[in-house]
Amino acid sequence: MERKHAIFPARVGIIFLTPALLFVVVFLLYPFVRVFLLSFTNQTLLGTTAPNPEFVGLDNYQRLFDPDRWMRLGEFGSALKITAQFVVGSALIGQAGMGMLIAWAFYRKRGVLREVVFTLVILAWIIPETVVAFTWVAFLDWEFGTLNSVLDTIGVGRPDWLFDRPLQSIILFNSWRGTAFSMLLFSGALETIPPSYVETAEVVGATAWQKFRDIFFPLLRGHILTDLILITLWTFNVFTPFLLTGGGPAKRTEVVSIYTYRTAFMGRHEFGKGSSIAVVMMLINLALALIYLASIRRRRAT
Amino acid sequence: MSRSKFLTFLLVTILALGALNIGPAQAQEPVKVTITCRCVVGGVNHNLAVWLTTFVIPTFEEAMAAEGTPVDVELVEFGGGDEQLKEQYALDLSVGSGYDIISFDGFWVPEFVGAGLLKPLAEVVGPEVNDWEGWGHISEGIQAILSYQGQRYGIPAGTDVRQIFYRKDLFEQAGIALPWQPTSWEDVLNTARTLKEAGVEIPLQINAGTAMGEATTMQGYFMVLLGAGHHLYDFEDNKWIVKSPGILDTLNFYKTVYVDEGLGDARMQLLQDGRNRSFVAFRDGQVGMLVEGDWFWRSVIAPGSETAVENRNEVVGWAMMPAKEPGAGYRGQDFVSISGGTGWLINPNTPHPQEAWAFLSYMSSRDPVRAFELIQPRISFRDDVQVAGDLVMTAMASALLQYSTVRPMLPEYPLISTEIQLMTERVVSGEMSPEEAMDAFAEAVTEIAGADNVKIIE
Repeated sequence: MERKHAIFPARVGIIFLTPALLFVVVFLLYPFVRVFLLSFTNQTLLGTTAPNPEFVGLDNYQRLFDPDRWMRLGEFGSALKITAQFVVGSALIGQAGMGMLIAWAFYRKRGVLREVVFTLVILAWIIPETVVAFTWVAFLDWEFGTLNSVLDTIGVGRPDWLFDRPLQSIILFNSWRGTAFSMLLFSGALETIPPSYVETAEVVGATAWQKFRDIFFPLLRGHILTDLILITLWTFNVFTPFLLTGGGPAKRTEVVSIYTYRTAFMGRHEFGKGSSIAVVMMLINLALALIYLASIRRRRAT
Repeated sequence: MSRSKFLTFLLVTILALGALNIGPAQAQEPVKVTITCRCVVGGVNHNLAVWLTTFVIPTFEEAMAAEGTPVDVELVEFGGGDEQLKEQYALDLSVGSGYDIISFDGFWVPEFVGAGLLKPLAEVVGPEVNDWEGWGHISEGIQAILSYQGQRYGIPAGTDVRQIFYRKDLFEQAGIALPWQPTSWEDVLNTARTLKEAGVEIPLQINAGTAMGEATTMQGYFMVLLGAGHHLYDFEDNKWIVKSPGILDTLNFYKTVYVDEGLGDARMQLLQDGRNRSFVAFRDGQVGMLVEGDWFWRSVIAPGSETAVENRNEVVGWAMMPAKEPGAGYRGQDFVSISGGTGWLINPNTPHPQEAWAFLSYMSSRDPVRAFELIQPRISFRDDVQVAGDLVMTAMASALLQYSTVRPMLPEYPLISTEIQLMTERVVSGEMSPEEAMDAFAEAVTEIAGADNVKIIE
C-alpha cells in the first residue's frame, strides 16, 4: 500500500506528542517506578522509618503472602477473597445481569416507562459518591434507616444490614450504583441487531428465551465480554464501600482497595507495605487489561 | 497599545504596587495566624470552639492591635475523628504545610518527632519560650504530656482520668443500692447481670475494636488490663509485654461481656460510628454503665452538647474502676485509671512563629484558662487555676489521679495501640478465642518492636 502524504513531517509530530508523553511520564511512569521501589523498603509516614527507610528486600511481599495468616480477616488473602466475592456479586451478576435485563426488557420499546427507568438508573450512576454513600447509610441503618422503617411497619422486623449482612449490603449497593454502564452498552448493542432476525424468529414462533439464546447472545457475545472485563476492572479498584462500612464490621467488607488504604494511610501508615499491595494490584489490573485488549483484537480479526 | 508599550505599562504597575506594599500605609496590615482543633461550634468540643472564638481570639487581637502589632487569628474547625485529625497532621506536616497552631494528643509526639515532622518549641520560636511565666505553674508531670527526650514541644491543655459512668435512674429501677462502688470485676459483672434482668438494653459498655481508635485502648483495654495487674510496657526492663495472664484475663472479660453473656452491645464496638452511638444510647437511657474519660462528663453529656443528659448531675453517677480483686490491680492497687493529655503545638512550618507563640502563651496564661474553667470545668494544667464550680469533676480528680498511670512515650506506642484495638476486635466479634487473639497480638508486636524488645510473662 502506498504511504499517504503526511500533513506534518515526523519531527513536528513528535513535538505535538511531547506534552502528552511528558504527562504520562510524570503522572504515570514516575509514580509507578516510585511505588515499585518503595515496595522494597520499610518506609512509613510516621516514626523513625519515615526519614530513614531501610531496604528490606521482599519482606513486604512475604508478609502479604504469609501462609499462616494471610486468610485472616484484615489480611491480604482475606481482602482478595472478599474482593472476588464483591466483583462476582456486584459487577458480574448485579450490574451486568441487571443491565442486560433492563436493556432486554425495553428492547425496541419507546415510552414514558423506559425513559423513567433509564433516567433513574443513570442518575444512580452519576450522583457523586459521597452523596450516594450517605443516602445508602441512611437507607440501611438499623435503627433509623428507611428500609427498616418500612420493613418494620409491614411486620418483617429489623434486619441489621450493615452489621449482619455487610458484604451483601455493599454488593447490593454497588449493583444499584453501576448498572447504568452495562445497561447503556447492552441497549446500544441491541440496536445494532437487524430487526429482520427477530421478526423472522417471531414468525416461526420462537419463545423469548430461544430468541435470547440463539439471536441476541451470539451477536452480543463480544459486547458482553467487553462489558464484563471493564466492570471487573473498575469494581476491583472501587473504594466507595469504605464510605458505607469502613471495611467493617471486623474487616468483613475489607476489599483490596480499603486494605491498601488502611495499610498505607491509617494506623501504622506503612507506605512500604502499602506499595507492595499496589504493585500486586497493578499486576492483576494489567492482566485484566491484557485480556481485554486481546479480546478486542480477536473481535476485530473476526 | 503596542506590545512593548503594554509590557512597560505592566512593569510600572507591578513596581508601583510593590512600592505600596512596603510603604507606610501597609504597616498596619495584620499578620494572619491560624489555629485548628477538633472543635466545632455546636458540635464536638463545642465549649473549646466557643472559648476560642468569643474570648481568647477577640481579647488577643484587641491587645495586639493596641500595641501596634495587629494579629488576625482564625480558628479552623475540624469536625472529623481523632484518627482522621492525626492523619491530616501527618500529611500536612510531611509536605511542609499545615495550620500555625495545632491541637495535639500527647501520645502522638514521639512518632511525629521520630519522623522529623516536629521541632522543639525553643527551636521553632526561640530560646525565649523557656522564660515564659507559665512553666512555673505547670507541674513536671503535666509538662511531660507534650515533652519528649527532655524537650518541650508545646503547651499542654490539661490531663484526664478514666472511670465508670452509670445511670442512677436505671440502677434504681433494678434495685441496686446507691451510691454504687464496685470492688471487683465480679461486682461489675453481677451489677450488669442485675441490670439485664431488670430489662436494661445495654447493661455495660466497655470500648473495644478498631473503629474507636485510641478510645478502645485507653477507655477499654487499659482499664481492664491494669485491673488484671499488668501494664502494656515494663518500665524497668524497657520491654513490651506481649503475653501475660493479665492480657488473657482482660480478653476473657471482654468475651464475658460481649460474646458469652451479651451484657454489652458488640455492634457499637464494630460499627464505624460506634462511639457516637454509645453516647446517644447513654443519653437515651439505654446504657447502664459506660467506661469513659472525664471528657465524657465535661463535654459529651454536659449541658449544651447534642448528647447532653438532662439533669446530668442527678441522673449520672460515677465509680472508680476496680481491680479484678481488691489489691490485684497494677502496682497492687484496688482501683485503676489511666491518664492522657492534649495540648497545643506550634507548627515548625509556620511563617509567623513569634505571633503564634504570642497567641499560644496568651491562651495558656492564667486569665484565659480561668475563663475556660467557667465554660467547662476540668482538671487544669495550671496550679494557679482550680476546677471551677463542678464538685463531681473535683471529686473524680482527687479520687483517681493517685491511681492513674500513663502510656509509654515511645514512637512504637501508636502502632502497638492499633494492634491492641485489633486484638479486642477479634475477641468481641467472635472471630478468635482470647488465646488466639493474644498469639496474633504477640506476633504483630514482635514484628513492630523487634524480638529483643518484647517479653512474655508466664
